[in-house]
Amino acid sequence: MHGGLRAEGLRRSGALFLLPVLALIGLVAVLFLTDPLQNLTAPAPPVEELKVERVVLEPGLIRVHVRADGSEPLTVAQVQVDGAYRTFTLEPAGPIARLGQTRIDIPYPWIDGETHHLSFVTSTGVRFEHTIDVAQTTPRFGTGEVTTLVLVGLLLGIAPVAVGVMFYPAMRGFGPTLMDFILALTAGLLLFLLIDTIGEGFEMAGKAVERLRTDALVLVSGLVTLAGLLAIGRSRGHPPEGVMLALFIAIGIGLHNFGEGLVVGSALATGAAALATFLVTGFVIHNVTEGLGIAAPMVGARPRWYAFVGLVAIAGLPAVFGVLLGAQAFSPFWAALCFGIGAGAIAQVVIEVVALISRRSGSAALLKPASVGGFVAGLAIMYATALLV
Amino acid sequence: MHPFHPRAISRRAVLKAGGLLGALGMGAAATPAAAATHDAQAVPSPGHGAGPRHGDNRVVGSVDHDRNGFDPWTIATEFEFGEVSQENGRTMREFTLTAMDKEIEIAPGIMFPAWTYNGRVPGPTLRCVEGERLRVRLLNAGTHPHSVHFHGIHSARMDGVAGPSIVEPGGEFVYEFDARPFGCHLYHCHTLPLKRHIHKGLYGTFIIDPDPQRHPEHAEAARGRLFGTPEHARWQEFVIVMNGFDTDFDDENEFYAANTIPFAYFDRPLQVERARPVRLYVVNLTEFDPINSIHLHANFFDYYDHGTTLTPSLRTIDTVMQCQAQRGILEFTFAEHEPGLYMFHAHQTEFAELGWMSHFEVT
Repeated sequence: MHGGLRAEGLRRSGALFLLPVLALIGLVAVLFLTDPLQNLTAPAPPVEELKVERVVLEPGLIRVHVRADGSEPLTVAQVQVDGAYRTFTLEPAGPIARLGQTRIDIPYPWIDGETHHLSFVTSTGVRFEHTIDVAQTTPRFGTGEVTTLVLVGLLLGIAPVAVGVMFYPAMRGFGPTLMDFILALTAGLLLFLLIDTIGEGFEMAGKAVERLRTDALVLVSGLVTLAGLLAIGRSRGHPPEGVMLALFIAIGIGLHNFGEGLVVGSALATGAAALATFLVTGFVIHNVTEGLGIAAPMVGARPRWYAFVGLVAIAGLPAVFGVLLGAQAFSPFWAALCFGIGAGAIAQVVIEVVALISRRSGSAALLKPASVGGFVAGLAIMYATALLV
Repeated sequence: MHPFHPRAISRRAVLKAGGLLGALGMGAAATPAAAATHDAQAVPSPGHGAGPRHGDNRVVGSVDHDRNGFDPWTIATEFEFGEVSQENGRTMREFTLTAMDKEIEIAPGIMFPAWTYNGRVPGPTLRCVEGERLRVRLLNAGTHPHSVHFHGIHSARMDGVAGPSIVEPGGEFVYEFDARPFGCHLYHCHTLPLKRHIHKGLYGTFIIDPDPQRHPEHAEAARGRLFGTPEHARWQEFVIVMNGFDTDFDDENEFYAANTIPFAYFDRPLQVERARPVRLYVVNLTEFDPINSIHLHANFFDYYDHGTTLTPSLRTIDTVMQCQAQRGILEFTFAEHEPGLYMFHAHQTEFAELGWMSHFEVT
């Protein structure tokens, strides 16, 4: 009898819930059918937006992937390269639907290592510009190229993280105060990574069509990831510690490195000047700190050797996939989403590392010189090594 | 703009990649790209680009001239002579111009909200004879005030810059003055804002043929200019209005052309009979850029600045520049050339590559 009442109550709530939904459907239908704002919009030319999402350069050919947005489908009517109208083909041909994509092939004797300016004139006469900063043939998926890209990914992700984890044996001998310092240092490193990840996410968002609200997506996906991982991490009733916390840190760093890989891969695809070896060195040093962060929470946990291998793989391998994917095809929208998720994952581990210090040594320890010094040192090290990159 | 939105790839990202690749010393990108450059240098596109692999310097598609209601080949060769009558022993010539708003396709697939005289850009080429009395009636069927300002000799009341000679929408005005001096002139709307009224399409060519009786010392040359005489019949005349269109209204032209449609004579050349001399009436009505120019390939011409003299102001040149509203007459012959396509274009390569690129086909 009680259950029956409840079911009836649910049915009533369900029926009542339909009321605002139906009202909304009705309102939208009225707006579409009667177009009451016609007077406002009739004389206005269509609003148009065109974003170049990706440029592929082959000998004698510039291939551009664009995404359109606007109040009406957008037609690319003419194309300029370096201030001259050029023949081109559209694939698919015809107008580009709102948020739709198209590929523009422009035969052009582009010049290796030089800058080229593209300009797309739409049927309404609006012009959208894109600059190829340094023209270089896009790497293809040949064996040699894949090997190179994988090597780039390994250097970017695996090598420095593995080196960083090697701090572990040394850290085992640390006393409680030094351990607080190291954990605070980890929190500082991760916080810098968080700022960097959000920054890269926004940078990608700037390349996506405005309507996709990619800026907001970076933050929303970050917060959702943060909430989700916090909940998962504490689902056993206690916060993650030791190897478990290291695992979460590795996941966060892995997502970040995937995003980094995308950017680097895409930079390879869009061309880059050849520079000196010290930059690579700088990059390796910068990422070594990531390995340190993974190792720190495991002090006292006595993990097996394969745990280290697994954690390094989780944190580092995504960079390899990122580079491979970034060098081929990705849209700024998805890259921004990756950075958002990565930011959320890093935010989670920052919170958990701080929580760990507070549990180990009491919340007062957070403001003691060891912790504050470690935190500041972590931020400073990351900033300083970032300057090398 | 959001502070986190640098437009180009961040320097850091480029450096990262460059550093890595450079360090690896096996640049996946470097080798094939070098090959591309090499190839591009080894196989230069013939002339202005006909290589199937390297594409062409041209617009894609074609303009619907029927929908526009005019085409650049007719504009180059047709003159408007008006209605001729005798009044008090003088020849009276009357023209009617109607200013109207019209959406025109100024390049394949690109519509431009033009303001026009008689529905075309440039407006009709008005042609008369030195010493005639002219009456030009302007009807304003557009949505903004307009006028006709002639480059010629006339009174302030007839200048089209103020008072009743600026015509409100729905109104009309008759400009009356003597046809002088002879030469190659122009007319345009002089309503403010001036730049907008001109570049939206309110301009045209205004030719005053010399009266041979008034120039006994150069009567033969004058008869060669005067439409309808036997001496004139052998000439092949073309009107070339050098213009441009700023389709996104940023005070910079997206398209340049001879007579509005970019590359029109490049694809379908103006036809020239080898044996007959050629005369071009060239008028610069380009906005935003201070000068425009015309360069004739494989040939030289005599130039009559403003067309107001019967002896050349410049002899044996192959390029001449004109500032805004400057104009002149070019005379040359292909009599000793072999038949074929002969280019003419702005020698600002920027303008040429954005549409002001043409051919004569000499047969």
